[in-house]
Amino acid sequence: MATTIKVNGVDRTVDVDGDTPLLWVLRDVLGMTGTKFGCGMALCGACTVHLDGVAIRSCITPIDSIGSSAITTIEAIGATAAGARIQKAWLDREVVQCGYCQSGQIMSASALLASNPHPNDSDIDAAMSGNICRCGTYVRIREAIKQAAQTSGQGG
Amino acid sequence: MILDPLSSQAVCVEPSAEANVLSRRAFLKAGAAGGGGLLLSLRLPFAKGDAAAADEFAPNAFIRIDGNGQIVLTMPYVEMGQGTYTAIPMLIAEELEVDLTQVRLEHAPPNERLYGNPLLGGVQATGNSNAVRASWQPLREAGAVARTMLIAAAAKRWNVDPTFCPAQSGAVLHPPTGRRLTYGELAADAAQIPVPNNVALKRPQDFKLIGTPAKRLDTAGKVNGSAVYGIDARPPAVKIATLAQSPVFGGRVKSVDDAAAKAVKGVRQIVRLDDAVAVVADHMGAAKKGLAALKIEWDDGPHANLEVPAIAAELDKATLNPGAVAQNIGDVGSAMASAVTKVEAIYQVPFLAHATMEPMNCTVHVRRDGCEIWVGSQAVARCQAAAAEVTGLPLDKVVVHNHLIGGGFGRRLESDGVARAVEIAKQVDGPVKVVWTREEDIQHDMYRPYWFDRISAGLDANGMPVAWNNRFAGSSIIARYLPPAFNNGLDPDTTEGAIHLAYALPNLHVEYVRVEPPGIPTAFWRSVGPSHNVFVTESFMDELAAAAKQDALAYRLALLGNAPRAKAVLVLAAEKAGWGEPLPERVGRGVALQFVFATYMAQVAEVEVAKDGTVRVRRVVCAVDCGTVVNPDTVRAQIQSAIIFGITAALHGNITLKNGRVEQTNFDTYQMLRMNEAPAIDVHIVQNVEPPGGMGEAGTSAIVPAVANAIFAATGKRLRKMPVDSAVLKQPA
Repeated sequence: MATTIKVNGVDRTVDVDGDTPLLWVLRDVLGMTGTKFGCGMALCGACTVHLDGVAIRSCITPIDSIGSSAITTIEAIGATAAGARIQKAWLDREVVQCGYCQSGQIMSASALLASNPHPNDSDIDAAMSGNICRCGTYVRIREAIKQAAQTSGQGG
Repeated sequence: MILDPLSSQAVCVEPSAEANVLSRRAFLKAGAAGGGGLLLSLRLPFAKGDAAAADEFAPNAFIRIDGNGQIVLTMPYVEMGQGTYTAIPMLIAEELEVDLTQVRLEHAPPNERLYGNPLLGGVQATGNSNAVRASWQPLREAGAVARTMLIAAAAKRWNVDPTFCPAQSGAVLHPPTGRRLTYGELAADAAQIPVPNNVALKRPQDFKLIGTPAKRLDTAGKVNGSAVYGIDARPPAVKIATLAQSPVFGGRVKSVDDAAAKAVKGVRQIVRLDDAVAVVADHMGAAKKGLAALKIEWDDGPHANLEVPAIAAELDKATLNPGAVAQNIGDVGSAMASAVTKVEAIYQVPFLAHATMEPMNCTVHVRRDGCEIWVGSQAVARCQAAAAEVTGLPLDKVVVHNHLIGGGFGRRLESDGVARAVEIAKQVDGPVKVVWTREEDIQHDMYRPYWFDRISAGLDANGMPVAWNNRFAGSSIIARYLPPAFNNGLDPDTTEGAIHLAYALPNLHVEYVRVEPPGIPTAFWRSVGPSHNVFVTESFMDELAAAAKQDALAYRLALLGNAPRAKAVLVLAAEKAGWGEPLPERVGRGVALQFVFATYMAQVAEVEVAKDGTVRVRRVVCAVDCGTVVNPDTVRAQIQSAIIFGITAALHGNITLKNGRVEQTNFDTYQMLRMNEAPAIDVHIVQNVEPPGGMGEAGTSAIVPAVANAIFAATGKRLRKMPVDSAVLKQPA
């Protein structure tokens, strides 16, 4: 059955079972491989995307649950104000190591910053503890979010 | 770990061994590159068969300077996030007097004969924290040779004395006349200049790049989704497969009912192997759905009842008999007999999975006359060989496209995943990407071995150790991975961190007994041998201090009279951590010191043990002396990373077996440290000009005993078995 979803502002129609997780539609059907597979059970956050600006785990989000909501992925997050600041802070602070989890980290951090321009440590813990980094870049992720927040200005 | 001449070199080389003037005729050749460039071919020293290097020159790294001035380095190391792709070009750029951005790095194609890593016994692999260690001298030399030849070419063209022609920012200058020629303009001429026999390397005080925090060169694509990892490979018309392998190692498929799986929309094919079944589909969603619909009956085979306690019991038994002597100093027997106090302990560390964030995967296209592979590997020649073996094709018919690696940690030194994917692809028409689910990845890893240590010491009347006796049993990865390096029952990895301790111990005896566990494969895991040995030696040293009723820091310092670098890092870490300052109840500091991977490191962990026994690491202070620091920001990043990796192991890491099956499946049962549990980490670097030590792994081995010792300080409970068992740390009501 054909389903149409809006990804990064573009309508995309795919022919897969309605219960197919969004992750596989993005990666294997649409060829958008920036969103990563880590666990398949919403335990690691590698697959994080935005649904109407809210961070969700695409590995457990069935395609037929999305409806007309807007999906934003790592490929387009740089076009948002919060996303661009987060990406810049990630580079400035040399956060990245292997980099595999960082798409998800950046998506979680961008959603945090968009909704809370000046997060404190416990806000960061709450928003980011669902994202595992096996390279252990947590110290720098925290610093980078704080740097991005400093440049947020009024209202993010 | 393996055949590591640099680790001993780091101990004995004088700090002043700089401005080296070395003959390198046997290691380097120059010639013209296509398109009017200069090509330097060099051989990293110490490699397998180098005794014959005089007869046959087999270069394993190449530096090309093109007519447009672009400098391209081809070399066999891979980037796993450890910053190698930034640090290695720094070595060449420094001597060539160019900006880092002018050096482009290309990964070498698989060819073990050419690209074998000298510190890995000639295996083409990246591991053991040695990319910078192995490259440090030869790549700087090569850069200096190229610079000298370019200067000579310029001086010849201008007909001036080359001593008056400095190189600067990718060009040669003649200040008296203001003339300037770029490397690109000089490359073709330089190719005609004979290779100079002796060149001077820059002195450390003249370094412009080495020692500065260079920006990583590989990160831009990793923040916008454009970086391509092995799992992202998409050759045209690729199908996606996922698989179920025998849940018990060594088991077989008895029967498969695939009717329901075949009915899943998007499922194209079911591939049955002896010990695995794969579902091939249009996308991973369909493949996983198909896999869940399969009804597979397994014949569990000989390990159907295997459990870890049985393995531990075998290791225990093995330590009752003599093993291979790894190190002996003095006479432990008589020293022990005359000791005033005797301390004995048994230590155990568990099997651990690698759990790289990128699950195992490999894309393969098998054709009648060739095989193409897309994968992210730490050992690309092994992948090529594995595919050749499974397909029966000659090596040169197997093409491997290596990719970025979403975490290695030793897992991607192995080629079992490639072999498996090729077995599947042989039955598939067209390219197929085989992706392990997280559950398959954890349950069919090759694991950090379980090790069992029986250790004892004798103390004199002052409580100082006069005898140290350690015998341990477990798997040798080297014996399987690199058999020639396993000799007389020993290999250099399994014992690293258990021998050649920084402490002055008058009588020491260390033995290793190789015991390979049945039914569970083992492999290198970040910090390899030291991941186990440093936990044991540094926990036990703490026990001795406690037995002697002495401060854990002062006790260690008293044994470091002959080890100034070790003493310096220990003092620095303790000072920065506020050692001795009062702490609240059930909060403690623990210290650990090590000399492994040719790097000295001390760590002080501060932990808090909750009433329910939960342990939180609040802060870690690390002091490191890794010799010359190439990229200090990368050193800090690697230590932060390695500490998180080690805390994960200390608090959560445990692979167990029930009925031969790995019990852990995903990140709910095999937990990783998360943001809310991550401690503050302070890294302090001791500056000096010793040759570089390894940096990627050292932090992992040091943190585990630091945490265990801190728990002892906080609670009085000595944990001799990892991971931390919070049940025993519960505060009595």
